[in-house]
Amino acid sequence: MLDVAANCTVCVNTVTVALNITINTGSSVPIYKQITEQVRLAVATGKLVVTDQLPSVRVLAESLVVNPNTVARAYADLAREGLIETRPGRGVFIIPKRKVMSREEGRRRLEPLLNTLISEGLAMNFSPDELQDAFEKKLSQWQNEKGGKQ
Amino acid sequence: MSDQPVIRTRGLTRYFGAKCAVHDLSLEVPRGCVFAFLGRNGSGKSTTIRMLLGLLRPDRGEASVLGTDSRQLPPELRARIGYLTEEHQLYGWMSVREAGDFQSAFYPRWNEKIFRGVIGHFGLKPEARVKHLSRGMRAGLCLALTLAPDPELLILDDPALGLDPVARRSLVESMIYLTRRSDRTIFFSSHHLSDVERVADYLAVLDYSVLRACCPLESFRTSVQEVQMRFAGVPPPLPTIPGFLQAFRTEHELRVTCVHYNRETEKALRSLQPVAMEMVPLGLEEAFISYLGERGEKTFILSDTEVAS
Repeated sequence: MLDVAANCTVCVNTVTVALNITINTGSSVPIYKQITEQVRLAVATGKLVVTDQLPSVRVLAESLVVNPNTVARAYADLAREGLIETRPGRGVFIIPKRKVMSREEGRRRLEPLLNTLISEGLAMNFSPDELQDAFEKKLSQWQNEKGGKQ
Repeated sequence: MSDQPVIRTRGLTRYFGAKCAVHDLSLEVPRGCVFAFLGRNGSGKSTTIRMLLGLLRPDRGEASVLGTDSRQLPPELRARIGYLTEEHQLYGWMSVREAGDFQSAFYPRWNEKIFRGVIGHFGLKPEARVKHLSRGMRAGLCLALTLAPDPELLILDDPALGLDPVARRSLVESMIYLTRRSDRTIFFSSHHLSDVERVADYLAVLDYSVLRACCPLESFRTSVQEVQMRFAGVPPPLPTIPGFLQAFRTEHELRVTCVHYNRETEKALRSLQPVAMEMVPLGLEEAFISYLGERGEKTFILSDTEVAS
């Protein structure tokens, strides 16, 4: 994990966004996905909020030392999800989340994540009660963090 | 004009004596991309590159670069190609600045800003003597000399060879810097798949003189798939599996890698009746090793006879 990570702190003139994205090469997660996941996480935890500006494709690519097309692909995915918007001549911005995924589709995607959590947790000898407890604690911790920023 | 591939080969073939070095190679490199040329040592990469540049005659087939037959590249076209080899000729008695001045005399499009930028990026002082440079610094100087003429097409033959991680990073950064001009094309060979993952749009894989893959980087990674199966007892022998690459067995597990996993592959694997079966995504390096490694089954369990001997 230590070998090839790059941090990116980007300052934009109007709004300053500290975007700490870490890229791991050799991972089974493609680089464009590592970027989308970390932006999504930053939005979910409130580190990035609506109207925050993201670095341009070129700036992010050079600071992460990855091909600009990879960053462009990540941004295109995020735009398709309705998380960001590129305003020509002005930059890339976090926008209010539109509901682009149906509730049913969301449930379908949530299912495997829950399965992983439960099966890995049980395999580590946690009881169902302990798992539930840990899950709830984490959830309230996230809510608090998000509340702190907004 | 711009739709035309920057590099195109058709049935390119070259022998050294009886040994085939490159066999029937056909590939196209689109303008404006970063193209990684991969393969194990001795697979024919350097031979191909030398044919592209007209330094070696093909026995069969043809190659063209920037729309012109490689065997007839005029000097003005060569000036638009940057070529970096492992054995770049440098004069030890020159300083870094003198090496730049000397090289610039041959190139009308020499850009001193690029030269200074790259040597600065590699931490080189203009007054340093070439003979006192470390390997990484020499590589930086060679790269600066290759990039300063602002080539349309950059051909790098294993530029990362022998470089430490810091110098390699500088190399990758320089390559990304070059993509600022969207009409610039980079064709490079490398064994460092982590660098390839960072910069390449496309890759081609040469194996024992034959082209085995040529596609976008992501397509290559996703076309190689690992399946992990768990069994109650000893895993059964493998049937014929479409796209089979490698299998690895342990006491109760069987890990199989396949290319172009499809319903037929799945049917064949399910017929083994595993108690659990899971698809595991692979990283680029793992996919590459599975794809080019020896085909067949491997195990870490020594049989009794092997232990006894």
